[in-house]
Amino acid sequence: MSAVLQRRQMMAAGLLTMVLLALPLVVTDFHLSVLGLIFLHAIVGIAWNLMMGFAGQLSLGHALYFGIGAYIVAVLSERFGVSPWLGMVPAFVVPALLGVAIGALGFRFSVRGVYFALLTIAFAEFARILFEHWDYVGKTSGYFFAALTPRNRPLVSLRGGAMFFYYALLVTMIAAWLVSTLMVNSRVGYFWRAIREDEDAARALGVQALRMKLLAVAVSGGITGVAGGWFALVNGSLFPDSVLGMRVSIDFIVAPIVGGLGTLFGPILGAFIIVPLNELSRDLSQSSGINGLNLLIYGALLMVIVVFAPQGCWPSIAKRLGLAQTGEADRE
Amino acid sequence: MLDLYSNVLVNGLMIGAIYALIATGLNVIFGVMRVVNFAHGEMVVIGMYIGYALWKCAGLSPAATVPIAMLGMFALGYGFQRALGNQFVDRPQHIQFLLYISVAMIITGLHAVIFGPDPRGIQSDASFAVYRLGPLRLDAVRLHAATASLALVAALWAWLRYSIMGKSLLAAADNLVGGRAIGIRIDHVFAVTAGIGAACAGAAGALIAPLYDTNPYLAAEFTLTAFIIVIVGGLASLPGALLGGLVVGMSEALAALLITPSAKSLFSYGLLIAVLLLRPEGLLGRREGRA
Repeated sequence: MSAVLQRRQMMAAGLLTMVLLALPLVVTDFHLSVLGLIFLHAIVGIAWNLMMGFAGQLSLGHALYFGIGAYIVAVLSERFGVSPWLGMVPAFVVPALLGVAIGALGFRFSVRGVYFALLTIAFAEFARILFEHWDYVGKTSGYFFAALTPRNRPLVSLRGGAMFFYYALLVTMIAAWLVSTLMVNSRVGYFWRAIREDEDAARALGVQALRMKLLAVAVSGGITGVAGGWFALVNGSLFPDSVLGMRVSIDFIVAPIVGGLGTLFGPILGAFIIVPLNELSRDLSQSSGINGLNLLIYGALLMVIVVFAPQGCWPSIAKRLGLAQTGEADRE
Repeated sequence: MLDLYSNVLVNGLMIGAIYALIATGLNVIFGVMRVVNFAHGEMVVIGMYIGYALWKCAGLSPAATVPIAMLGMFALGYGFQRALGNQFVDRPQHIQFLLYISVAMIITGLHAVIFGPDPRGIQSDASFAVYRLGPLRLDAVRLHAATASLALVAALWAWLRYSIMGKSLLAAADNLVGGRAIGIRIDHVFAVTAGIGAACAGAAGALIAPLYDTNPYLAAEFTLTAFIIVIVGGLASLPGALLGGLVVGMSEALAALLITPSAKSLFSYGLLIAVLLLRPEGLLGRREGRA
């Protein structure tokens, strides 16, 4: 990659950050909360993309890490009075360890491809059913935060209004993006891509494939857990189906693929496309009173994207903006 | 006590036989095309609504709706594969996943738009009929559905084994390149495969329509159950789908009895995880089948 190109990319990223930082000056609270949701999906998308887009391991059960992170932050702060600042630590560590455990079990027994993907679904669904029958976390009737008092200080409780969450999620998203950029451009990132392209060949060249894959799952699961923790704080209530359900995993997967798998900016772009699409189709379904219209619209648009732009949107946009070399391989 | 358990287990076996039919459809598709049909449960629900609509509007008996659902779903599966599915057979897994998820969402969305979210049940005089066999009480509707499912699975095996078309399906499953070389029309074979997979789902749907209150959102659970079965039994193995169906049916019945009905799939997921870790090719799968 040429130095000129690199500088242009840095400038573009900086410009986007400035715009996002200034945006709350001009838009309403409603838009801020939708943007917050976009950032949340982007964070998980970045995490999922590390594992799938770079290390080539397909996870269809990221709701597991998300849900566990969410419940950890919620239970620690509501039941034990632990500050969410501290709660975010186990919300990263536990899902990361869980990812390592699932990965170790799966990879050790050389469960690859479809089987690994289905294993991830199985663990996520197992957890959902468990939480739906677990009294301690409120079963299907949900787990709730206490209402915010007027004396609430957002920087202490990590809960606040739309503006607070907007900036909090923006900062987390930028942090996740920086982590993924650094990792992808490091030695580890090259090992991941070698594994993605041909695991057996990579091993023959001395790449410690098992260790590298576990690292990918751990980082991916951990970041997703933190996103889950934020989700708990934003929502103030948790239901097993809304954080651990299959639909949650699907939504997480759609955005990075639509944006551009294996690209650094794809997951963010994908979240900007998919989240509003989801919200719009839901609004349309509600205002028209037709149940299921949202699924129909979302499904149809998803099919159009899969058929006509399976590479995702970012590669072609990047070329047009002069942020990627023409003729360069689409995936970084 | 023993009576209770034997009745529960037999009930589980009967549901398991129907599951086996659903899973056989999924397995035929995976065996031939190496594609996981994430919209399989949705296709079962189409079969259920076909059964419901024909019973409600045309007054057909549930048994008469089964062949219609089968033919209709075969046509749908064939058409889909020809129009869209065949382009995706060689694509990476995550792209196939998105395609089938979009199909699943469209189907569920259409169901909700057409039939509404409320559960739709079929009531008939046969609903309460019971066969008694010693200490066992066999629900008539369930027994008929289970028997019909097993008959359909057996018929499908025979067809695959003895007909020319069935043999070419098996040949394509065994060695795609070799199959092409000896002149098998792969596009057509794939479309027939998708048709058969969908027909299995549709027939199972029509068979269970009198047993469940149909609603659009049942689909995801059927899809996941079918996955569990094919992995437990062995991906791409037909006897595996049968064995897996029966095992999962029984484990669900036991879990519902021992824990609570809403946790019925807990044991099945435990079983699935155990099988994936100890014998990833499934109980009856072939080792080289691992992708």
